[in-house]
Amino acid sequence: MSDHDYTPKSKFGKWFNDRLPLLTLANHLTDYPTPKNLNYWWTFGGILTFCLITQIVTGLVLAMHYIAHADMAFDSVEHIMRDVNYGWLIRYIHANGASMFFLAVYIHIFRSLFYGSYKAPREIIWIIGIIIYLLMMAAAFLGYVLPWGQMSFWGATVITNLFSAIPLVGEGIVTWLWGGYSVDNPTLTRFFTLHYLIPFLILGLVVLHIWALHVPGNNNPVGIDIKKPSKDTVPFHPYIVIKDGFALLMFMIVFAFFVFYTPNILGHADNYIEANPLVTPAHIVPEWYLLPFYAILRSVPDKLLGVIAMLSAILILAALPWLDTSKIRSAVFRPLYRQFYWILVADVLILGYVGAMPAEGLYLLVARVATAYYFLHFLVILPVLGWREKTLPIPLSITEPILGGSPNLATAKNKESLNN
Amino acid sequence: MKNFLKIFSLIVLFSLLSFITQAAEKVEYLKTDWSFKGLFGKFDRAALQRGYQVYTEVCSSCHSMKYLSYRNLSEKGGPEFTIDQAKVIAASFEVKDGPNSDGEMFTRPGRLSDKFVMPYDNVQAAQAANGGAYPPDMSVLVKARGGGVDYIYSLLQGYEDPPPGVTLDDGVYYNKYMYGNKIKMANQLSDGLVEYSDGTTATIEQMSKDVTTFLMWSAEPHLESRHQMGFKAILYLIILTILVYFSMKKIWSRIETKV
Repeated sequence: MSDHDYTPKSKFGKWFNDRLPLLTLANHLTDYPTPKNLNYWWTFGGILTFCLITQIVTGLVLAMHYIAHADMAFDSVEHIMRDVNYGWLIRYIHANGASMFFLAVYIHIFRSLFYGSYKAPREIIWIIGIIIYLLMMAAAFLGYVLPWGQMSFWGATVITNLFSAIPLVGEGIVTWLWGGYSVDNPTLTRFFTLHYLIPFLILGLVVLHIWALHVPGNNNPVGIDIKKPSKDTVPFHPYIVIKDGFALLMFMIVFAFFVFYTPNILGHADNYIEANPLVTPAHIVPEWYLLPFYAILRSVPDKLLGVIAMLSAILILAALPWLDTSKIRSAVFRPLYRQFYWILVADVLILGYVGAMPAEGLYLLVARVATAYYFLHFLVILPVLGWREKTLPIPLSITEPILGGSPNLATAKNKESLNN
Repeated sequence: MKNFLKIFSLIVLFSLLSFITQAAEKVEYLKTDWSFKGLFGKFDRAALQRGYQVYTEVCSSCHSMKYLSYRNLSEKGGPEFTIDQAKVIAASFEVKDGPNSDGEMFTRPGRLSDKFVMPYDNVQAAQAANGGAYPPDMSVLVKARGGGVDYIYSLLQGYEDPPPGVTLDDGVYYNKYMYGNKIKMANQLSDGLVEYSDGTTATIEQMSKDVTTFLMWSAEPHLESRHQMGFKAILYLIILTILVYFSMKKIWSRIETKV
C-alpha cells in the first residue's frame, strides 16, 4: 500500500497531518486497491455498515421517547407510533432495519463461505465477523424485548431460562440475569441498557473488521492473491464507492417497501398484545433470523445438550479457517465443495423453516436430520474434502487467463518468474 | 450484472416468501374490498365515521380504546370529523378529573385532549362484568391478531349454532372463526342495530366492515401518510438508482472490466 508516502498539498493540511494523520487515513481509504473483479455479493459489507448506522441513528431517536418500565414500555411505544412526529416511521425503520441487517449479514456470511474469504491470511477478519454476528443476535434479542409485548416477555423468559441448563449454578445465574425471580421490570431496564450499549461495541468491532481487512486486502471471486496495486485492482474511490452505492440503493428500495407497505409482516401479531405474565402464547417463536438456531436447540431432547448444540452451531464457524483444509479459496475451482455448499444453504433454510413450526412429529425428525447434517458439514465433510477433492486449475491473475496460479501470492510469483 | 440480478431476485424471493408464509397461516376468512390496502390505499372517510358510531354505540360498552383521544377524531387521515363535531362528541362523555383545590374528584364534560373514556375502572372490574373474560382493548387489536382486518371482519359475522357434539358452557358462544371456536363475547350485531346518520343500511355485513375499518385506523392512524410518503420515497430511490447506475457504467468504462 502506498499511503505512507502521502503528503497533503496545503500547508495547514501538512501541519495537521503531522500531528494527527487523518488525511493519510482518508487517502488510504480512497486509494485502497480493490480487486476489480469483485461481484455484487461483495457489496454487502457497505450495506451492512449502512444498516448499523441506520439502527444507531433511529435507535437514538426512539430512546428519547421510549420509557424502559414494565408498566409504561408498551404505552410509550404506542405514544411513539401515534403522537411523536414521524415516530411511526422511525420505529418501523428500526424494527424492519433489524431484519434487513440480518438478511444482509447472512448474504455476507454465505458469500464468505462460497469464496473461502475466511482462509489465511484473513482468519482474524472472519473471527471478528463472528463476534459481530453474535453481538448482533444479542442486540436483536434484547431489542425485541423492549416493546414489552407478549412475544417480548415470553421470548425473554424462554431465552434467559436456557441458562438454567448450566449445572449447579444455572438457577442462580437466571435469577441474577432477571434481577428477581421472574422476567420483570429489573430485567427490562437492564435489557434496555445493554441494547443501547451493544451497537457501539459492534461499531468498534466493525472498525477492527475493516482494519484487519485492509492489511491483506479483499479476497475476490477467483480467490487468488493479487499484487496491489496492479492492473488487477482499482482504487476504492470512485470505482467501488459507486458500485456499493448502486447496490445499496437497490437494497434501500426493498427496505423501503417493507417499511412503508408491510411494516408488520416480519413481526409477530402477539407482540401488539401487552406483556401478561399470566397468559402464555400458543406458540413462542423467535424472530425469523434466529429460527435455524432455535430449531437446533429444540432438536436435542436434553436441555443442556440442546443449549450446547445451539452455541456450538455458531462457535463452530470461528474454527472454520482450520476445519476447511483446502488450499483453494474460491468454490469456483472446487467442483465438489460447490455442491456441498449449496446443500448447506438448503440445510440452513430447512432448519429455519422447521424452527418456525411446532417441535413435533415430522418437523422434529427433519430438524434432527438437518442439525446432524449441519455439524457433519463442518466437522467431517469440510476437512475430508480439502484432502480428497480434485480442484480445477486456477489462473495466475485476474486479468490474464493464464492457468497455473496458486492461492498464495509467493508461489504464484515464483511460477510467474519460471514462466517468464 | 447477471450476478447482480441473481442477488436482487434472491431478495425479492425472500420478500415473497415472507408473504406466502403469512398467507399460508390464514384460515379462509370472509373477503371484502378494503379501501386502505394497496400502494395508494386510503381510508373510506364515511366508513370511518360510521365505524366510530358502531364502536360507540355497540363495542364501547365493554371494549376500551385507551390509546385514542377525542382530538384524533378530527385529525387528518382519520374519520376527519370537523373540530366542532369532535368537541361535541368529546363533551358527550363524562370524564373523571381532579383532585380540585378542595381535594375532591369531580366529573366534567370531555375535551378534545381527553383519552377515550374507558368502560371499566380496571381490568378486574371488566373481568367481573364479563364472566371472567377481559374484553381486550381495541386500540391496536387488528395488529394483535394473526388474520388482521379479515379476521375481525369474519369473526363479527362468524356466529353460528354449535355443530352437534359441541357443548357450550354458560356465557360461551360458538364462532367459526375464533381460535378453538369458543368465544365469550355474544353475537353483538343484528341488522338495523344502529341507525346510520348518512342513511346507509345497517346490515351486519356493513357494520362489520365499518367498524373494522375504524379499528384499522385506530391501530395505524398514520397509514395514509405512510402510503403517500412510501410512494414518493420509493419513486425517488428508483430515479436515483437509475442515475447512479449510469454514472457507474460511465466510471467503470475507463477500465476493461464489466460491472
